[in-house]
Amino acid sequence: MSHLALQQYWWIIISLLGSLLVFLMFVQGGQTLVSQLAKTSTERKILFNSIGRRWDITFTTLVTFGGAFFASFPLFYSTSFGGAYWVWMLILFSFIIQAVSYEYRTKPENFLGEKTYNTFLFINGLVATVLIGIAVGTFFTGSDFSVDKLRLTESGNNVISQWKGPAHGLEAALNLTNLSLGLVIFLLSRILGSLYFINNIDNKALVHRASHLLKFCSIAFLVFFLLFTGLILTREGFAVNPETQEVYMEKFKYFHNLIQMPVILVIFLLGVVGVLAGIYMGAFKKSGKGIWYAGAGTILTVFSIFLLAGFNNTAFYPSTYDLQSSLTIQNASSGKYTLTVMSYVSLLVPFVIAYIWYSWKSLNKKKINEKDINNDDMAY
Amino acid sequence: MEAFDMSLVNWSRAQFALTAIYHWIFVPLTLGLSFIIAFMHARYYKTGSEKWKNTTKFWMKLFGINFAIGVATGIILEFEFGTNWSNYSWFVGDIFGAPLAIEGIMAFFLESTFIAVMFFGWNRVSKKFHMLSSWFVAFGSNLSALWILVANAWMQNPVGMRFNPDTARNEMVNFAEVLFSPTAIYKFLHTISNGYVVASLFVIGISAWFILKGRHLEFAKRSISIAAVFGLLSSIFVVITGDSSAHDVAQTQPMKFAAMEGIYEGGEGVGLTTIGMLTPGKTYENNKNDFVFALKAPKMLSYLANRNSNSFVPGINDLVDGNKNHDIVPISERMEFGKLAINAFKEYNNSEDAEIKEGALKTLEENYQHFGYGYLPDKKSAIPNVPITFYSFHLMVGLGFFFIVLFGAFLFFSVKQKTESKRGWLKLAVWSIPLGFLASELGWVVAEVGRQPWTIQDILPTMVSTSHLSASSVQVTFWAFAALFTVLLIAEIKIMLHQIKSGPKNMEE
Repeated sequence: MSHLALQQYWWIIISLLGSLLVFLMFVQGGQTLVSQLAKTSTERKILFNSIGRRWDITFTTLVTFGGAFFASFPLFYSTSFGGAYWVWMLILFSFIIQAVSYEYRTKPENFLGEKTYNTFLFINGLVATVLIGIAVGTFFTGSDFSVDKLRLTESGNNVISQWKGPAHGLEAALNLTNLSLGLVIFLLSRILGSLYFINNIDNKALVHRASHLLKFCSIAFLVFFLLFTGLILTREGFAVNPETQEVYMEKFKYFHNLIQMPVILVIFLLGVVGVLAGIYMGAFKKSGKGIWYAGAGTILTVFSIFLLAGFNNTAFYPSTYDLQSSLTIQNASSGKYTLTVMSYVSLLVPFVIAYIWYSWKSLNKKKINEKDINNDDMAY
Repeated sequence: MEAFDMSLVNWSRAQFALTAIYHWIFVPLTLGLSFIIAFMHARYYKTGSEKWKNTTKFWMKLFGINFAIGVATGIILEFEFGTNWSNYSWFVGDIFGAPLAIEGIMAFFLESTFIAVMFFGWNRVSKKFHMLSSWFVAFGSNLSALWILVANAWMQNPVGMRFNPDTARNEMVNFAEVLFSPTAIYKFLHTISNGYVVASLFVIGISAWFILKGRHLEFAKRSISIAAVFGLLSSIFVVITGDSSAHDVAQTQPMKFAAMEGIYEGGEGVGLTTIGMLTPGKTYENNKNDFVFALKAPKMLSYLANRNSNSFVPGINDLVDGNKNHDIVPISERMEFGKLAINAFKEYNNSEDAEIKEGALKTLEENYQHFGYGYLPDKKSAIPNVPITFYSFHLMVGLGFFFIVLFGAFLFFSVKQKTESKRGWLKLAVWSIPLGFLASELGWVVAEVGRQPWTIQDILPTMVSTSHLSASSVQVTFWAFAALFTVLLIAEIKIMLHQIKSGPKNMEE
């Protein structure tokens, strides 16, 4: 494959991992729902054990997303993580406190008390979803950084990629487009969390409350989703001249992308329909199938949004400080050799998905109920 | 040249050291305990005995408590390369990112998927699938160690790459060289077998405590019988791979090797220090003796370094000032070559003239092996901290040999069925639990302090690797990590102690 084909292939893989991550953040959404859904400590236990068997898949997907981004587009890794320092640090801290909370929350002598661990899980659900949304929002709105490889030849100030603002990423939260995407991801994760509970839990009261709460989340979600979609489709975008690699502003760039790449338009629309169908099934039919429709819909929609940001001669990580410092899938990627090696490794992915699916199925044969949790001495 | 922001560099290093040291408290136990659990689970599968089932479950519970905090402290390490070492990620991301991504795809999913089955599979999945899940967890965790150690080994001994002046980064040209580098192989084998030793000490120590308290004697002896065999084999393997690793260091990082042994003046037929004390205040710049006292095994250092007991081993002075007889280029000259390379890189990029470009490229390629030296402020800065490296190394080695004796003794007692009566040894075993963790951390101190000032050996110094941040930002995150990880560690230890004291469930014996 040519270098460009490999770069496109890897942008597709990154987009796929990103969309899987957003789907799997039903765990985070679930964590923010527990305090609203549970009225007794047993109910809380059922809810936490339901998503608790899945939390590490989400976590692992995040880590793999980071690793794959590093391997395939190392200049993004270097620029965004080192630049938007505070955003990424807050996201990471929220995952650090998540990782111990399931295992430790009900163990005797757990030092901080069950309430603290439950709060940790809530914080993770809120912070991670909102900030990841805001960070991805900057793919469309840009950030203030400059890239100059010749800084390497200087002595004192030799970091190639430098962030220009003092807020190191937090400034992104003040942008309406970024913020609306943050809220979209947060609300979507709550929708998916409710649908997962409806699917996974054998407890009428909890399912009823989840289905009720789902309706409110969905209305708020639709408002912000339409706002975000409207904002990016009408804004100027960061276009790349394929001949010279020069970056310039183009009016309605992302709208043009959608029209010029009809396949992505179809994926996007299918995804939105899937999410809406899933919401309908969960909210009005209390059907356990809702998670599959909304989950597949989420994957398709997020996938198409990532492709919109990187394909069709678009800079996926634009710099508003210096347009020509913007990162494109061509100038930010690994070399041809590395991408080829990694492409062979990527052939393992279907195999990985297959065994995750198999083990998931074999554990979820039965829905979770009170008896189940009380008889399990490994329960969280 | 204007000065580097050394405060930023040192806080970034401190943060990496802090997070890595915390993470490494939990990883070796995961590496080893996962296999011990898999052995036990296989015994249960074969015998169908409730005793083995409950034994497996007890250790599994401790495994879970340890694993959770290992995951919590691990996520930051992956992202820290970007957040705090932006220039490093730029400069070598083309090579360094690959093993991290492969680790995620090949190992982390295996580990996390089957951990869920391992914990929640009782009565939910078939017994065979459940038992196999325990084995997948063990393979997954050890496989993740492979990839991260390949990445670390590449920093210590960069192979299979070429510098591309158009992109200002090193690019991979040979994946097999990166993966099968001897540095990577020895580092992997040494590190995982050390994990098995830590876990065996953990299992024997806790079992010994039960015997001392007169509780769960059969359970404890059953656990010791497995851990003593596993521990003895692993601790012997640790010594063998440690020897190979040290030999590899002598070949690829002679300065680290000299610091590990605290030798300033090199020579032929050099002895290996078994016990020794460095002269306080001894530096490259004075003529004090290397040691206050040292007990040396004659000629063994030369043998270790070059597999020839009469061979020459360079000391720190030889490496700094050069040694014509042994073709060692002085650091001051390497600094000049490094500056030539850096300037050639600049000229190559600034010039439009094809001829000038070609000349610059040639100069760059000829001097690239010295590239990092061009950034050093003076020749002294090429020397790592000798006392920390020396004492960490010797304490680690001493503990390693002690563990062999301990495992050998327990295996002997186990076979002779005399474990219960050896109260002195049992107490020693309890106290040896922290020693296993200590030896393991010391190994990393040797590897990482000893390779300073380099993030990439000879190519990129630590001070050119950071992100563009203020030192105060890194201070804030440093203290946040220190506070959070300490709180979580206290919680982990308290939970662990409580679970241990409660003992295995459903067992009267």
